[in-house]
Amino acid sequence: MRPLAAAALVTLLYALHQDVWFWREARPLVFGVLPVGLFYHAAYTVVTAVTLWALVGLIWPHHLDEPSARPDTE
Amino acid sequence: MIPTLVVLAYLALVLYIGVFRGGGRSSNAEDYFLAGRSLGPTVFLLSLFGTNMTAFSILGASGHAFANGIVTYGLMASSSALVIPVTLLVIGTRLWALGKRHGFMTPVQLFRDRWECGHIGTVIFAVQAVLLVPYIIIAVIGGGTTLRTVSDGLVPFWLGGAIVALVIMGYVFFGGMRGTATVNAFQTILFLLFGAIAVSVVSAGMGGFQAAMENMLASPSAPLLTRERVSPWYFFSYTFIPLSTIAFPHIAIFCMTAQRLSHFKKTIVLYPICMLAIWLPSVFLGVAANQATGVPAIQTKLEARATLAAEGPALSADEQAQLRRQAAGDDVILRLVDGYAPLWLAALLGAAVMAAVMASDSQILALSTMFTEDVFAFYGGRRRFGEAVQVRTGRAFVIVLTLLAYVIALQVPQSIFDIATQYAFAGYASLAPLLVAALFWKGSTKWGALAATLWTAAAVAFVAVVQTTIPAPPPGTELLVWSPSGTPVITRAAAGMMVAGFLPVVPMTVVSALVMIVVSALTPVARPGPATLAKYFAQ
Repeated sequence: MRPLAAAALVTLLYALHQDVWFWREARPLVFGVLPVGLFYHAAYTVVTAVTLWALVGLIWPHHLDEPSARPDTE
Repeated sequence: MIPTLVVLAYLALVLYIGVFRGGGRSSNAEDYFLAGRSLGPTVFLLSLFGTNMTAFSILGASGHAFANGIVTYGLMASSSALVIPVTLLVIGTRLWALGKRHGFMTPVQLFRDRWECGHIGTVIFAVQAVLLVPYIIIAVIGGGTTLRTVSDGLVPFWLGGAIVALVIMGYVFFGGMRGTATVNAFQTILFLLFGAIAVSVVSAGMGGFQAAMENMLASPSAPLLTRERVSPWYFFSYTFIPLSTIAFPHIAIFCMTAQRLSHFKKTIVLYPICMLAIWLPSVFLGVAANQATGVPAIQTKLEARATLAAEGPALSADEQAQLRRQAAGDDVILRLVDGYAPLWLAALLGAAVMAAVMASDSQILALSTMFTEDVFAFYGGRRRFGEAVQVRTGRAFVIVLTLLAYVIALQVPQSIFDIATQYAFAGYASLAPLLVAALFWKGSTKWGALAATLWTAAAVAFVAVVQTTIPAPPPGTELLVWSPSGTPVITRAAAGMMVAGFLPVVPMTVVSALVMIVVSALTPVARPGPATLAKYFAQ
């Protein structure tokens, strides 16, 4: 269930990157200087960080931690 | 003179950090090439991020934004902010665990073990190495150019390139991975500081950005504040490029240097924030430079661009090429700071730019690691001569490779390597299915891996031939290269070769994955035995 939720989150975020709705718009200028398309992607980057924090909680590969000693080390 | 001295002092500092914080005279391969798999969380985050930032992050991003507008951030920053950390979470953590468990130091070692093959691994090594070399040459050229620019010609190109090559060679040679990682972490802090300082200073110099943006909206440059000049398919294509990151050997190798798996957590979560901190100022300043008409060098660029747009078709090819060179924006952030910043910031900028162009240190170390592990050790060198000789071979390889890069950098124009690095991104994205198949698909075989690798090499060569033999048409137009039944499939645009409206990276990666699936399915007899599969897939 958790991998599915994680895959859904990543797919949603991947789709949101393709923001055709602000394609030809420069206004409003957010904070008076940032064109809305640039602001969207800056905000998208912050949302991505939050989503990655959630993903780390959802699908962290605990089983890989503390690997056993190397059986085939020379 | 002062900026030159600051940059030279910076280089001396970097050399000191790299050599004295490095592995010293370690004769242990794992210690020299992987810092003993002992990097802490902060150095791991800063260094992994810094390793992936090249001269393009500061200079190229602002230059691209100067010519193409805000689309630069969506094309290159926000897509990477998602794709790269996800690949670190899904693939990087597994590389770390397998390296720790089985002693792997390179991706090719993992491929050889996973698919029970030998020479096919050598083919993968050769393709990876050929795609990586241009980066090292670009760094030497970038170093020479930057020192020449910062010193107003006092330090000639050949000397600047030699100084940078010697500094990189020095700390990689003596410091190994530990020295390289520490230098990268230090340089990343410099990148992160630079963006905020540059925005503040240029904003003050231009009298605030608000009026500049309003003026721009009322000018012919207004489309640069939207994405109307690029197609959504072109924009979508760029989301495939960051797949190359985890397939780059220096990044895959770097994943094996963390002391603990938990060190990946901070890196994964904070990676997008680091992207934002470096790319947003670079892109914004590049766009805002279109209003910096008070800076004579930028005004000249804007006039050249306007002439090209108004009279382009009527001009000769030479005149068009000259105007394109004048309008090029790669030094636009240098010009902005030069025009508005005090001397101390210009000096800091020189150091930050130097930090960016020197990001090739990890590629040199990666090639050295690959050569000694995938070729020297695999073909019996370690067994015959011992581990101490292996490390000495790796160090000798660092010297030979750096000298070779320096000699080539003096002979060949930079534009060739700029193009070559473009191919490399697509090539490595196309190699990403190998990692996915090795780690997640029991049914993958060595023949599937070989086919996907050969496909990648052939596709990169084809794109290179098309782009070098067919001259770029004027922006906004496309030349037909292949149009069966009148349907345009392969075209040549100003930005490069396109396939059905996509960048080549999209079909290259999709076909690479299909080739891996089909050829593996056709060769089930080559599947590794149960003992090998048990190492990779828990029951």
